[in-house]
Amino acid sequence: MSEIKIVNESRRRFLQAGAGLTLAIYLPTSHAAPVAAATGKIAPAAAASFEPNAFVRIGEDNTVTVIAKHLEMGQGTYTGLATLVAEELDAAWSQIKVEGAPADAKRYNNLLWGQTQGTGGSTAMANSYEQMRRAGATARYMLIAAAAEAWSVPAKEITIKNGSVSHAASKHQASFGELAAKAAAQPVPEPEDIKLKDAKDFVYIGKQAPRQDSKPKINGSAQYTSDVTLPGMLIAVVARAPRFGASVKSFDASKAKAIPGVVDVVAIPHGVAVLAKDFWAAKKGRDALMITWDESKAFNLSSSELLDRYKNLARSPGTLAHQSGDAEKAMGRATKRLEAAFELPYLAHAAMEPLNCVVKLSGKQCEIWNGEQSQTNDQNNVAKFLGIQPEDVKINMLYAGGSFGRRSNPGSDYVLEAVQIAKAINGRAPVKMLWTREDDMRAGQYRPLFYHTLRAGLDAQGNLVAWQHRLVGQSILAATGFKGAIDFTSVEGAANLPYAIPNMLVDLHTPKYPVPVQWWRSVGSSHTAFSTEVFFDEVAHAAGKDAVALRRALLQKQPRHLAVLELAAQKSDWAKPLAAKPGVRRGRGIALHKSFNSVVAQVAEVSVKPDGSFKVDRVVCVVDCGVAINPSIIKAQMEGGIGFGLSAALSGAITFKEGYVEQSNFSDYPVLRMSEMPHVEVHIAPSTANPSGVGEPGVPPIAPAVANALFAATGKRLRQLPFQTKDLV
Amino acid sequence: MIALTVNGKKVQVDVAPDTPILWVLRDHLGLTGTKYSCGIAQCGSCTVHLDGEPIRACVTPISVAQGKKISTIEGLNTKVGRAVQSAWEKLEVVQCGYCQSGQIMSAVALLAKNKKPSDADIDSAMHGNLCRCATYQRIRAAIHEAAKHLA
Repeated sequence: MSEIKIVNESRRRFLQAGAGLTLAIYLPTSHAAPVAAATGKIAPAAAASFEPNAFVRIGEDNTVTVIAKHLEMGQGTYTGLATLVAEELDAAWSQIKVEGAPADAKRYNNLLWGQTQGTGGSTAMANSYEQMRRAGATARYMLIAAAAEAWSVPAKEITIKNGSVSHAASKHQASFGELAAKAAAQPVPEPEDIKLKDAKDFVYIGKQAPRQDSKPKINGSAQYTSDVTLPGMLIAVVARAPRFGASVKSFDASKAKAIPGVVDVVAIPHGVAVLAKDFWAAKKGRDALMITWDESKAFNLSSSELLDRYKNLARSPGTLAHQSGDAEKAMGRATKRLEAAFELPYLAHAAMEPLNCVVKLSGKQCEIWNGEQSQTNDQNNVAKFLGIQPEDVKINMLYAGGSFGRRSNPGSDYVLEAVQIAKAINGRAPVKMLWTREDDMRAGQYRPLFYHTLRAGLDAQGNLVAWQHRLVGQSILAATGFKGAIDFTSVEGAANLPYAIPNMLVDLHTPKYPVPVQWWRSVGSSHTAFSTEVFFDEVAHAAGKDAVALRRALLQKQPRHLAVLELAAQKSDWAKPLAAKPGVRRGRGIALHKSFNSVVAQVAEVSVKPDGSFKVDRVVCVVDCGVAINPSIIKAQMEGGIGFGLSAALSGAITFKEGYVEQSNFSDYPVLRMSEMPHVEVHIAPSTANPSGVGEPGVPPIAPAVANALFAATGKRLRQLPFQTKDLV
Repeated sequence: MIALTVNGKKVQVDVAPDTPILWVLRDHLGLTGTKYSCGIAQCGSCTVHLDGEPIRACVTPISVAQGKKISTIEGLNTKVGRAVQSAWEKLEVVQCGYCQSGQIMSAVALLAKNKKPSDADIDSAMHGNLCRCATYQRIRAAIHEAAKHLA
């Protein structure tokens, strides 16, 4: 979506809210709905379609509180959303505070997701850009109107700068706090009266607005779900089935209950929970449980068997995902043909904060504390389980210690599990459920295992005339109830390849296995960018063309891709040979990929030792993400995306042996450490387009860029992730 | 009862002696700035100082700390500590922030001993601290920045 418009906006106003003011934007769900009078009160239930959508609160203490409808999981949303409000309000950055919004899809829905509240798909800025700016601009308008009335001067002569409202001729000056009460009484401006700033007048957007969450995160005061403490709260640790599809046959809790501090042991639908006064007792209790599992229906395959089955499937055509021209015919006429296969394993999200959730039940109410990524879905699933109304599931927003997609589970797995435990003890105490790292690593919801085969055909002049891509992997969307033939998240980045190739065919096999799979930072692009961009490099090499030159030739109708490519080539000195270093083979590789409406190119430089071990020395990254709201955060997301993608490329793999997950912790699922982090240089391509994603698009290009650099250094093609360094000897 | 000094305050805790320091801090003393992430000394999120030395609180039983001084992120009030926190803020190191208490405690321990660490010194001292957001480049720069400020 290139432009976001709140087309159904009809009424906005300030609302009295405690000692301060809340700016509310009314979003009617239907055009026939009545418009509530501007009474200064939240519309009653009778006018439910006019529930206010409140984003800004100005206190008499001069604090501007921005209510963030999106989860802050590291990607910088609290700062980004606040930047948009502060920009149009002309607030001082020092007076801005941010608080997480409650769960309420009527007010805080993701505008790209209909009536659903949630954070994901790198949409936070994309869907909020106009909405939050309008929220700030409306507040500004009403502060000015209040000042005009108080000072008896024309509104158009009043200016606001850096949180100070003033009228030059009369020398009047006031803070927002001083005007707050008067502003609340002002009539609400019509949408056409609100004029957003020209980009040339921006003071925060595209400039510097320091992170809102820095201080609490460097002094230990930031509150994550794991830090929530409630009176009388019990800590729960759960024993889950060792293989997917197994269930509890019987259990003996006597030894667990004998451990000091253990309060209760309860059965829940897919395991046994131990509740104790602290984590250590709960964990010791869990370890002391004796459980007999019914594994008759359990998943019992090994990764190698699964891969063999996938390879077998790839021998026959799948469901068509994209077709243009006649790839089969063109392939038959080609003078040179290439073929390659790519293997990508299951991957765990492995956020630093293992999954957890706090639940308190009382009567028909359920209160949850969570780093919440999927409010509406979790409300619905919890309400259904408890037999209560979704709006009676209250969710308190905490920081999330990473997520990378994991905290948004279609079945609300971990949230529901905490609720099930609280229900099993009849709600007699609040429950904080904590997963250990091992629990987190072994509970599934992985990036799916994928197997890709690619074929390309070149004509006599070396032109790329045919491209065939077949993918085999489980559907992520199946868990959401999706029943279509093609899960677009399986083929995104492959079915919409940007290159001008006259004959293309992309097809997909979607096998079903009980290994739970889920979106993992950059979703389908986490595997499609690897196979397509490595294979493209193979094509360029086979055609005797430079990797940048061939991309340039086939991207003439893709101006954003082209501009990013050119800037990456320039900033990386692509045209100049890489400086040699004694004792190592050096190489440079490029990859380019669009995901979540942002285009990213990365040029990686590697040094390979004789034993095949290597270091990624430097990565030049260019991103076009539309208007750059906060350059420091965009750069941080590119740096982080590269580190995250490199982790997977160097060592990430969840494997199965007879159905058992072979990994358990960072000891056998290694993630990138400081010494492995390359020097990353990020350049932001100038753009006036609506902002697009930055949280995920940095991930996809790094693995293919490094693979292409390794080929340049060694002449060896690595088509399997994680990389096998023995192949580089 | 086990007697300890935590952030300069004498405290007594009634816990099993095998309880890791991490869970005494978090569940019994309400000091939640120190984080759990791996439980097996692989990630450094739980790093605190025991008599000034960085340790992994997730695997160190509280009995070891009897009569010793524990410092956590909440009690970081030294010149080096303040310089590190200020460099972290200036360079906008944090993303999700969950590992950062541990990162800062390791960085402070490094700078307390080595006033001008090289990149290699930093890589070595910080090797045990994982960051899934991969804020490593900024951590390295912030340690240099703090060292410069302290010089």
